[in-house]
Amino acid sequence: MAPPSSRRSGSNKKAQLGLFTGYVLAGVGILVGAALLAISLLRPETFNGLRSMASDAAAPIGEVGAAGRTGGKNVFDAVAGYYRAGSRNAKLEEEAKIARVKLAEAEALRQENARLKAALRMAEGEIRPVATARLIGSTSSSARRIAYISAGTRDGVKPGMPVTSPMGLVGRVVEAGAMSSRVLLLTDSESMVPVRRATDNVVAFAEGRSDGSLRLRLVNLGVNPIKKGDVFVTSGAGGLFRPGIAVALATEITRDGAIAQLLSNPAATDVVLVEPVWQQKAIEAADRLEEKAAQED
Amino acid sequence: METLNPKSRRDPFGSRINRDQSPLLAYGLPWASILLGSLTPWLPVISAAPVLPPLGLMLMLAWRLLRPGLLPLWAGFPLGLFDDLYSGQPFGSGILLFSLALFVIELVEIRFPWRNFWLDWLTATAIIVPYLAISALVSGAKLTMVQLTVIAPQLLISIMLFPIVARLVALLDRLRLMRVRRIA
Repeated sequence: MAPPSSRRSGSNKKAQLGLFTGYVLAGVGILVGAALLAISLLRPETFNGLRSMASDAAAPIGEVGAAGRTGGKNVFDAVAGYYRAGSRNAKLEEEAKIARVKLAEAEALRQENARLKAALRMAEGEIRPVATARLIGSTSSSARRIAYISAGTRDGVKPGMPVTSPMGLVGRVVEAGAMSSRVLLLTDSESMVPVRRATDNVVAFAEGRSDGSLRLRLVNLGVNPIKKGDVFVTSGAGGLFRPGIAVALATEITRDGAIAQLLSNPAATDVVLVEPVWQQKAIEAADRLEEKAAQED
Repeated sequence: METLNPKSRRDPFGSRINRDQSPLLAYGLPWASILLGSLTPWLPVISAAPVLPPLGLMLMLAWRLLRPGLLPLWAGFPLGLFDDLYSGQPFGSGILLFSLALFVIELVEIRFPWRNFWLDWLTATAIIVPYLAISALVSGAKLTMVQLTVIAPQLLISIMLFPIVARLVALLDRLRLMRVRRIA
């Protein structure tokens, strides 16, 4: 289509000025954009307030969508369930047999664990979640992996708090608005979590690769002890995440670690828990111990 | 007349008697649809990789290419700002890239006043590819080979989806010009 003749203002003074102003405004827009981008690259937290307000405003839309997602999933699951009922039943019975054995083993382990903890005089610290929330959206068209949850400062959420699901760690809060927060997912390339192998003390860092998998880098280099299928949990080193939250499953061995699949896939997660920052707990406990010591003196 | 042909006083945009276009719809719909496109992060898709095309930008391109003069040259600033609020990119990248996109179309238009859809598609591709590349560059994510392989599908989807978006915008354009306002 040919453009309208508005670009050729002719001798109309008003049209000429209007056209000129349009170009000036557009130029200013580009310059302001470049300046803002430079500022937010140098100081990423500058515009957090603005963004939090905006996401608070849009959060209700996301809530509706999240509810729909859960409902939709249930419908599909139900249909698929009927389709494969027979073979599923046989498989489940088999699994139940194995599970009963495992349960007994787990019970034994739990008792042993309680005994050891009692020996170490560690409190049976029940971590109480700060808030429960829905995952209501994610930056699905950006190279960053950030999700939105439906809880904010009103529910006690603060930046830095870990976000978990029943399946394992999801990420950590980076910005908290009044009613919604932004969560840096584990798969973001800026995310790094100290982990250890669930069975022993092989420690590593889990870095996001922004394609849904994590890269495990061993802290102690040498012979790579990781095998396919090893489960990694948070080690609690450096604070933030309490130890023992499931993170990833090693699927591919590399020279300095492994490529791992996320255990709590955010796409399949509906409700998440926001947990308190772990280090604070430890510091509080230490303070309490100090106070006690001071009183005894 | 009416009895002979009930559609004699109507055209595809509605009745021609006592009806007129609504300015709110005619000027508001393009902006509203682009802003809605920028809200894609709120879709109930929690993706592990960037998969969705930048719908806000694509809708803006489609409107600009279909109806030159409807969006002012400075429209990239407010639209980009809104996109920045939700896209997860560092603040300012949307403002800069949306504004530049409109500028590029302006240049293309000066060079090729008569365009067809293929040229429009090529223009859109020539904007979307650098847009996604620069977005990934400034996003603050570390760029590795994995990142590039992750962006490639998104790039392909975006380019392939542009005709559909253009078609959608054409549909909205017809809706935009419906005569809905009662004159008397």
